[in-house]
Amino acid sequence: MANQSLDVVRQSAGMATPPSARKTMVVGKLIDVSRCIGCKACQAACMEWNDLRDQVGSNRGAYTNPPDLDDQSWCLMRFNEVEIGGRLQWLILKDGCLHCSNPGCLDACPAPGAIVQYSNGIVDFHEENCIGCGYCITGCPFNIPRLRRADSRVYKCTLCSDRVAVGLEPACIKTCPTQALCFGSKEDMLELAHHRLGDLRERGFAQAAIYDPPGVDGTHVFFVLPHGDRPEAYGLPKDPRVSPVVQVWRSPVARGFGVVTMFSVLVAGILHYMRHGPLEVPEDKKPEEKKEP
Amino acid sequence: MPNPDGDLILRYPVAERLAHWTIAITFIFLFTSGLAMFHPFFFWLSSLFGGGQFMRFIHPIAGVVLVIFFYPYAAREWRNNRWLPVDSEWVRKMFAYMRKEELGLDTHRYNGGQKLMFWSMVPIIAVLFLTGVVTWQPWFAPTFTASLRRIAGLIHATAAFIMFVGIGIHWYAAYWTKGSIRAMVRGTVTRAWARFHYPAWYREVTGKDQS
Repeated sequence: MANQSLDVVRQSAGMATPPSARKTMVVGKLIDVSRCIGCKACQAACMEWNDLRDQVGSNRGAYTNPPDLDDQSWCLMRFNEVEIGGRLQWLILKDGCLHCSNPGCLDACPAPGAIVQYSNGIVDFHEENCIGCGYCITGCPFNIPRLRRADSRVYKCTLCSDRVAVGLEPACIKTCPTQALCFGSKEDMLELAHHRLGDLRERGFAQAAIYDPPGVDGTHVFFVLPHGDRPEAYGLPKDPRVSPVVQVWRSPVARGFGVVTMFSVLVAGILHYMRHGPLEVPEDKKPEEKKEP
Repeated sequence: MPNPDGDLILRYPVAERLAHWTIAITFIFLFTSGLAMFHPFFFWLSSLFGGGQFMRFIHPIAGVVLVIFFYPYAAREWRNNRWLPVDSEWVRKMFAYMRKEELGLDTHRYNGGQKLMFWSMVPIIAVLFLTGVVTWQPWFAPTFTASLRRIAGLIHATAAFIMFVGIGIHWYAAYWTKGSIRAMVRGTVTRAWARFHYPAWYREVTGKDQS
């Protein structure tokens, strides 16, 4: 939410051309699941930096706590228990916004400037412009944004856009003790991911893969998954993309067509009235009226 | 129903007029707020509602008001909108009608065009209501799946577009046909007007032969 107006490349419901004189480095956050020990330091750091305090919940038989993302929890460690190859696997996923290059939330949003995308790749919500319609939730292929009932605004991970804007790394990165989380240019992070992938394959994880889904033109938070053939086991969609229904629904072409058609009805009315004039009872039908009692 | 004052015939009783104008005002509410969310070109309309957040809040509530007033009104009027052979004839000669040619049709209380409007609004308002409930934050939307909400959003926008165009035609037809706005405001029409536009209805209410 810091003032980065020079770096906004796209804004929701925007009709203006954004300023483009300045370029920033395209960033990436790598989450190497194979190195994650599930300590939740990132989750705590996120709360601390962003001054968020979720309700104290109750034990639901797993380490995932709170049970879901919400307006107070933008980063959530999910502890998935899955059987793979006859063995119980504890697949720990740091859940939160992936900062898509082609964000479905931004496409769906009808409020100008409520969702912006910076040239560094971060997709940020500007809650002061949010109208609470929840279309971003509907547009998101990863089910990330959460509506806060108390104020009808939607919240999610900012990738610490305020920190990144002044050259700091996100809070979760700073606190991760095992370098499961790394932050830098997306290019560097992809290179590092490939390196980690090589290590994993050497260790016998033949199916290990990078999760940087092309369906949303890649993401600025991406994963190295040891069981890369089964992203669903981690709770990630297999082939995420902006739903074609949302693309049609919110497409500028379809909506532009709608507006033009509505204008044409107005124009047609004016032309018709000019050509034919009003429909009135003809004069020769009126005199009879006087004969009536 | 002859008017004791002379030549005026009651066309719309006060209850119908009140219902009609409540629906009309509600529709304008829905139309302007919906348009603001439909295309950013019209987002400035949100200022009429004290900003986007309140506009988003009031839009579905206005939708419920519309449904509450429209369906009892439609229930009262549906008999007058039953489709008759003369209405098919009207539709066939629609363009001649728009050129103000006399069709010589024995029209009842409503002509074919008005009946088309009536029967298109009956399902479209229902569709708008149902899809609106599916996308209504924060109370109802979370109970539906994201894919259902996406489809509902698309259908809602499409149905709203059809309704906007339909009501646009309705407005123009009302303005074009002199005497009809007065009828819906004050309730009455002249005998000549009734005989010219709706001869069968004229005979029915006056008990008189047209000629």
